[in-house]
Amino acid sequence: MSDKMHIKLNVNGEDHEFLAEPRDLLIYALREKLNITGPHVGCDTSHCGACTVTLNGKSVKSCTMFVAQANGAEITTIEGIGQPGALHVLQESFREHHGLQCGFCTPGMITRATKLLEEIPNPTEKEVRFGMAGNICRCTGYQNIVKSILAAASELNALSEDQKVEAAE
Amino acid sequence: MIPAAFDYYRPKDVEGVLALLQEHGDDARVMAGGHSLIPMMKFRMAEVPHLIDLQDIAALRGITIDGDTITIGAMVSQHELINHDGLSAAAPILRETALQIADPQVRYMGTVGGNIANGDPGNDMPGLMQCLDAQIELLGPEGSRVVAARDYFEAAYMTDREDDEILISVSFAVPAGGYAYEKQKRKIGDYATAAAAVQITKVGGKVATASIAMTNLSDVPVWSLGAADALVGTACEAGALKAAVAAMLGDIDPTEDNRGPVAFKRHVAGIILTRAITRAWDRA
Repeated sequence: MSDKMHIKLNVNGEDHEFLAEPRDLLIYALREKLNITGPHVGCDTSHCGACTVTLNGKSVKSCTMFVAQANGAEITTIEGIGQPGALHVLQESFREHHGLQCGFCTPGMITRATKLLEEIPNPTEKEVRFGMAGNICRCTGYQNIVKSILAAASELNALSEDQKVEAAE
Repeated sequence: MIPAAFDYYRPKDVEGVLALLQEHGDDARVMAGGHSLIPMMKFRMAEVPHLIDLQDIAALRGITIDGDTITIGAMVSQHELINHDGLSAAAPILRETALQIADPQVRYMGTVGGNIANGDPGNDMPGLMQCLDAQIELLGPEGSRVVAARDYFEAAYMTDREDDEILISVSFAVPAGGYAYEKQKRKIGDYATAAAAVQITKVGGKVATASIAMTNLSDVPVWSLGAADALVGTACEAGALKAAVAAMLGDIDPTEDNRGPVAFKRHVAGIILTRAITRAWDRA
């Protein structure tokens, strides 16, 4: 066994310090050391996207990153996007449009979708499907996921228009 | 899945990397985005006692377009490449190719250098680099040297790079004319059943120059001089396309795997190359 490393992560705005082996994967460090269990282990082979987190502004699959690589990073998980009682627009939209059934893929879906809408605030359906291609859902057939994201995009754009109007007043 | 234990290093410069490679020899490996290496380590098909992470090395980053020459640092990610406006204008085939690699999450991490250096016949950048006649810069204890992409790949996962060398960058002349990277895959994230990189220049309604390379149809990328020669002087009419495909089929050597039997792969290779030439010619 190799020596443990001192790891520092900022997760959802909070600083964490802990010891970990370099071979520990980021997903297991988040779930088992920090008890942040929103990101899920689906396939564990970088295909399904259930473990998606935002790391230094990139959507990454945290099953395919060693915690040592993430040392010093800023990470956002689903817990940092919304909370029960204060859901993010995307979470509300997934609920409204039935964008989930079993819900296992949903944390990864929504975490990826927040980044996608940051990069493309007004996407076409094709852009949503292409931008979400790294996330697999085995329940919905994707139709309602795409609908949820497109509806959330319209709502977020309307909100930011309102803010512009308010700022101008 | 948990890989075997290893010591982790994150040097700040290439000198630090070379020193670690000298010290640990075969027991050390460099890692770029890690999306080929980490899965292999998790399956315990790759054992890496000393893992050298290249993420902090500024000298391996950046895309420069200097007159007629484009240079891409080894640690440039596919995501950065896709979103680089200057590169997309100067050499749009790079963006077209990178958009067909893996999925969005993987493209944030996967790098141009890693895609080439790994020597995986399924990777798309090796064939593209052969199509563009790219030059690969390597740095080792004896200094730096440059190898043509067309001479770089020796067999699956075997390249001209020595164990104590690292891939620094690739450079190539700004490509002229029409282009296409056409890829058949079973699903997003899959490697190619067959893929083709094509650049064509047109003078007076005829093909003046052509360059054609095929992906995942041999244990190395296949740059097909015969296929290119079959197009030169033609207007890419049906007969010329047929001759180019026939020449290409003489150069590839696919093997049967879960993407299909040899006859199917040869069939797909012909269709993909025909589409790629047609699209490149339309854009020329």
